[in-house]
Amino acid sequence: MNAIIAEITPLAAAPPASRQRWIERFAGLGFAAPAFILLVLTNLAPLAALAFLSFTNYELGALDFSFVGLKNFGTALQDPVIRRSITNTLLYVAIVVPGGVLISLLVAILIHQRKRTRSLYEVIYFLPVTSTLIAMATMWQFLLHPTLGLINQVLKGLGFAETAFLSEPRLVIPTLAAIGIWQLVGFNMVLFLAGLSAIPRDLYEAVDIDGASHPIDRFLKVTWPMLGPTTMFVTVTTFITAFKIFDTVAVMTRGGPGGASEVLLYAIYLEGFQYFHMSYAATLTLVFLAFTLVFSVLQTFVLDRRVHY
Amino acid sequence: MAGLTLRGIHKAFGDTSVLNNIDLDIADGEFLTLVGPSGCGKSTLLRIIAGLESQDRGSVSIGGSSVDHLRPHERRIAMVFQNYALYPHMSVFDNIALPLTMTRLNLFERLPLLRHLSSRRRRVMGEIAREVRAVAEQLRIETFFHRRPGQLSGGQRQRVALGRAMVRHPQAFLMDEPLSNLDAKLRVHMRGELTELHARLGVTMIYVTHDQIEAMTMSDRIAVMDHGDILQLGTPADVYERPATTAVAQFIGSPAINLFPAHVGPSGQVELLGRTLPIHVHNAPTPELTVGVRPEAMRIGGGPCVVTCRFRRRENLGSESILHFDLVASPEVAVLCRVDNNMPIPDGEVTLAFKPRDCHVFDHNGRRIEIESRMAASRGVRRASEVR
Ligand SMILES: Nc1ncnc2c1ncn2[C@@H]1O[C@H](COP(=O)(O)OP(=O)(O)OP(=O)(O)O)[C@@H](O)[C@H]1O
Ligand SMILES: [Mg+2]
Repeated sequence: MNAIIAEITPLAAAPPASRQRWIERFAGLGFAAPAFILLVLTNLAPLAALAFLSFTNYELGALDFSFVGLKNFGTALQDPVIRRSITNTLLYVAIVVPGGVLISLLVAILIHQRKRTRSLYEVIYFLPVTSTLIAMATMWQFLLHPTLGLINQVLKGLGFAETAFLSEPRLVIPTLAAIGIWQLVGFNMVLFLAGLSAIPRDLYEAVDIDGASHPIDRFLKVTWPMLGPTTMFVTVTTFITAFKIFDTVAVMTRGGPGGASEVLLYAIYLEGFQYFHMSYAATLTLVFLAFTLVFSVLQTFVLDRRVHY
Repeated sequence: MAGLTLRGIHKAFGDTSVLNNIDLDIADGEFLTLVGPSGCGKSTLLRIIAGLESQDRGSVSIGGSSVDHLRPHERRIAMVFQNYALYPHMSVFDNIALPLTMTRLNLFERLPLLRHLSSRRRRVMGEIAREVRAVAEQLRIETFFHRRPGQLSGGQRQRVALGRAMVRHPQAFLMDEPLSNLDAKLRVHMRGELTELHARLGVTMIYVTHDQIEAMTMSDRIAVMDHGDILQLGTPADVYERPATTAVAQFIGSPAINLFPAHVGPSGQVELLGRTLPIHVHNAPTPELTVGVRPEAMRIGGGPCVVTCRFRRRENLGSESILHFDLVASPEVAVLCRVDNNMPIPDGEVTLAFKPRDCHVFDHNGRRIEIESRMAASRGVRRASEVR
């Protein structure tokens, strides 16, 4: 084989070696250029602008601005609203990530065992993903209404006290988290179903013959390890989605009651587009990005070492 | 270790019947091979024995007692899968140890984290490690105990799969085409290793393959299957020398047997392409017959039993050659002949001769008919073979 190549190459490669290398280099750059330009225009340039803004005192519509150094970051650290927003966001994430991953895994495993009704359940669980969250948020608001809402009617029927889920400061984040999970489960479930279908049937049969016929053993010995890459992907995407909580807060609670549901992205929105503090909003956005980056990197490195591909 | 008995096994998937009334007795310590073309139901039968699939009718007994109600692991058999089915996320050691940890540790002692609370677990794991090591030494895999299956070659994976099967000291080994993913050379090597392993362990083995050479070289007995039936059950020599049907004759033996259309003459003699052969049959249901002659029983030359052929091409196998001919009388019938390499290559039309006792005669349904040879010499040979 090598001998053949050696014979053919001198004939085929008419240009001298150095010219060949230049051609290859330019061809490579040419192929990479469109993606690179798009990345610069849509991601890197705005990010640079954002970083630039965060060191100024620019306000939307202002004719002038000046550099203020790290003052914006200092303000953010002191700002009780921002602190509250970060804690609320982290609490929300802490509920949605495990809930959204584990519930969708459970649902996927249950649906995977169905034969005829499988596609029906898939559609039912996937519906929330396809609907717009704004419309769904209105529906949830109605369902959760303290007196008229279906959920409270049911609770009352069961003998529980009427609960104002959205105006009770201690309940509002868990309630929003429940809605967030409801929205995510369908999408994650589809990913897990794909992962489950890719597990060779042989492995379950081998484990059956080897004596692991208890469902817990089958799960621990085959399903869970084989789903490792899927679980990692689902966890990271769920985390990022959860961190970006905004629409339910904007539509249903507007950060209330008394700031109990203020979250990071909603605070950025208020600062930037309601109060027009563009530079401050830019600073907060950088903080937000730093959070997602740190968590994603951490997860990837911690999980990556435990996941078998 | 135990023998196996299958009685009236029937299996259908939907409307297609895959196994029809399979009866099979497998002796303790026997090496039985199931062979047959693709899709004939070999794997299904094996999976029914293992308990991975349930039969529609019939029963499976191991060691004299019915196992129909038992789960796969309770049947105490081991299975080696075609693609090994090793657990890709576990080390070689853990793969082999798994059947033992499953049976000797309770659920609590197997749970992640919680298992470290058990003191009994440590002791049991020590015993298990010793046994795993003993098995690994037999298979020469102890040097890569800590690798994952993905980091092993095909032959090494094969050995790990065998180790996982051996470590439980099962009553029987079931193997579903365990060598088909290996290259030709390794396959020949592993064939030898498996035969030796069987001799050393003396355990019952049921081996599925569609490679007739594996079947011939390894088995005590062969069961040739087709369309969900066992066509013939016998020793390799039996099946080769006295195939029960044309299907068996075609399946066993390489290159495949030559089949010629023939018919019965007025006094029972067999007429092949206008020539009367010195063979007689008496109980043919209809005059139509098929005569089979193996390529290795044919040679270029003359005599009472010949067919006239036209030479097509030669396949050189190194030590010998396969010569391809067409029948002159009906050119669509190919005739193969196996010869030494020092034979001169024929040209144009030649006659291929064979001995009467090398003829296999089948009726119009493809079932074997015993022949009577009129030639004194071949009668002598037949008698000698009957004595044997
Ligand atoms: N789960 C199933 N559902 C429907 N049909 C099946 C199923 N499993 C096997 N079959 C059918 O049963 C027949 C026998 O299959 P089996 O796997 O036993 O063949 P095999 O003899 O092992 O073939 P091969 O040599 O290709 O492995 C085939 O026609 C196959 O299509
Ligand atoms: Mg098969």
